[in-house]
Amino acid sequence: MAVTLSERAAQHVSNFLAKRGKGVGIRLGVRTTGCSGMAYKLEFADAVPEGDEQFESFGVKVFVDPKSLPYIDGTELDYAREGLNEGFKFNNPNVKNECGCGESFNV
Amino acid sequence: MALLQISEPGMSTAPHQHRLAVGIDLGTTNSLVATVRSGLAVVLDDAEGHSLLPSVVRYQADRVDVGYAAKRAQNVDPHNTIVSVKRFMGRGLADIQDAASSPYRFVDAPGMVQIKTVAGTKSPVEVSAEILKVLRARAEASLGGELVGAVITVPAYFDDAQRQATKDAAQLAGLNVLRLLNEPTAAAIAYGLDNASEGVYAVYDLGGGTFDISILKLSKGVFEVLATNGDSALGGDDFDQRVFCWMVEQGRFQPLSANDTRLLLTKARDAKETLTEHLDVRITAVLSTGEMLDATLTQADFNAMTASLVNKTLAPTRKALRDAGLSVEEIKGVVMVGGSTRMPCVRHAVADFFKQTPLTNLDPDKVVALGAAMQADVLAGNRVDDDWLLLDVIPLSLGLETMGGLTEKVIPRNTTIPTARAQDFTTFKDGQTAMSVHVLQGERELAVDCRSLARFELRGIPPMVAGAARIRVTFQVDADGLLSVSAREQSTGIEAAVQVKPSYGLADEEITRMLKDAFTHAKDDMRARALNEQLVDAQGLIAATRAAMAEDGALLSEAETAMIEAAITDLEKRMAGSDHSAIKRGIEALNAATTEFAQRRMDQNVRRAMAGQKLETFG
Repeated sequence: MAVTLSERAAQHVSNFLAKRGKGVGIRLGVRTTGCSGMAYKLEFADAVPEGDEQFESFGVKVFVDPKSLPYIDGTELDYAREGLNEGFKFNNPNVKNECGCGESFNV
Repeated sequence: MALLQISEPGMSTAPHQHRLAVGIDLGTTNSLVATVRSGLAVVLDDAEGHSLLPSVVRYQADRVDVGYAAKRAQNVDPHNTIVSVKRFMGRGLADIQDAASSPYRFVDAPGMVQIKTVAGTKSPVEVSAEILKVLRARAEASLGGELVGAVITVPAYFDDAQRQATKDAAQLAGLNVLRLLNEPTAAAIAYGLDNASEGVYAVYDLGGGTFDISILKLSKGVFEVLATNGDSALGGDDFDQRVFCWMVEQGRFQPLSANDTRLLLTKARDAKETLTEHLDVRITAVLSTGEMLDATLTQADFNAMTASLVNKTLAPTRKALRDAGLSVEEIKGVVMVGGSTRMPCVRHAVADFFKQTPLTNLDPDKVVALGAAMQADVLAGNRVDDDWLLLDVIPLSLGLETMGGLTEKVIPRNTTIPTARAQDFTTFKDGQTAMSVHVLQGERELAVDCRSLARFELRGIPPMVAGAARIRVTFQVDADGLLSVSAREQSTGIEAAVQVKPSYGLADEEITRMLKDAFTHAKDDMRARALNEQLVDAQGLIAATRAAMAEDGALLSEAETAMIEAAITDLEKRMAGSDHSAIKRGIEALNAATTEFAQRRMDQNVRRAMAGQKLETFG
């Protein structure tokens, strides 16, 4: 079981954390919402969340709550640019289908 | 697959519900848009990688160009290419000093000047909206969704008319304005000064064509603008001009064609920018006439030829400090804003003046937009720590005209906004059924010296004796610094209100002049106020005496009547002069002359009231 960051994503996260001036890593998760059942959560973590699974990629700590893990196990978080827009992208092998925008999905 | 940003802990948004908000620096020369992405404020670039959008709009019969394309057309199509439209926001034709020498075909319209173009008559609000539309489209393409709102920055000296015009432009561009924010305040936020300890900061803003200096005081998360000053015709372009003149001298050029002038100005600008990083620069140019230039400009020469320009910024700086009543030692930090503050000579001069190294680690072109974006992020609800909410203040006092042409301040200057204040007023004459409310902005004691913002009337006041009506006037200023005024007669509840959309804007020099005048004329104003107060008293006393004589003249002997008449005539004579103490003596004399009369009237009224009543009723 693992969740990883691409090197590019890790660089951006490190940069954001440094500029933000606090935080121990990022926290990934899912919640049931959205047009296709589930949506990703992507947040800064100010302290190590109790009970979370902890992973590390390129020096960045990634926390995932155990309930979310089965849905995003094997995911690689990437950082991408699409035209003028840029941001993080979940490459999640568990996804069966997702809504047109890709913000929500089901497994 | 949508691209996600990292949220603050617990602040993740539902899909399609991102609270996308931007900060916009709507500048005189250039405009920018910025946002907060994964907790970090960034300026958004266009598809070509430009972050600056020249604030230039060109109208053609069937299309509108904004930015670089419009800027290139400036010389070929000057009537329809509008630059520096910010100078016309909220202004009437009379406010624009150089209207005759500018290429535009102005139309004097009520409220705000308009400009005739090939696409029709356009108001500065519409022109600004074109700039904002481009920035909005850029932001929505970059953020992948619709914006919930924007924070737009305005100069600290912008008055109500100019702020309202800016807000109208944003609405026209389809932007929801979360807040208008003062530019120096935005710069201070970008440097994180708002969560620093308390203190006084100077913001030195030297842009392409304008210079502004602001003195800000931070206390308990509130930025107060203590003083502003500047020069609306001084900026980086003047530095280019100096280098240009030097080049013409070096090349011993004949009078230049428009194209060659533009070529040399571009070279001058490049040279200036190179000298920021290098000690000298080689300038080569070949003119259309075949004349050539090959010269080397050193930083020392550049500094020498532009020293007077740098000094020109220090005079307003000194004045701003003096207006704020502060010495250089009391300034805790200096924030540099505007591309021209990259020049080492400017940085040195500012460092020498303030005896400290100014803050320069953020890009001076972007710092205002970044601060606005940070504020927008908070207002859109993307941050947890709500103690970050920042407050702004009213730049000039708001008040009303009272009897005798005096100003009654209702909300003093530097009150934090949003705010609401009420004050009770009353009628001046018996049976008065209407009251005119004249809303003013300014620091002077006399209404004529302040700026008139609006007038409205409260009608239907029930007839009462003078001074019996209670009219509550409420001033309300929203978070953008925009004013609404309402008046309500307390016994009947009748009400009248106005949303202040003033017809004319104040020139920035005018605002600073008004502030300065308030200080320099303090003595005159006090005298004028004393005079007017005495005049109002005198008028009231004469009117009351005449009314009493008409009613109870029978109580007076002929000699007494003559004496009172003489006192009135004497007082009226004194009122024609401007010596308030003389009028006061006249009032005292008339008072003395009528004391006996007043006594007799009182006795008569008491007798009338007691007639037919038993004594114990009064027990």
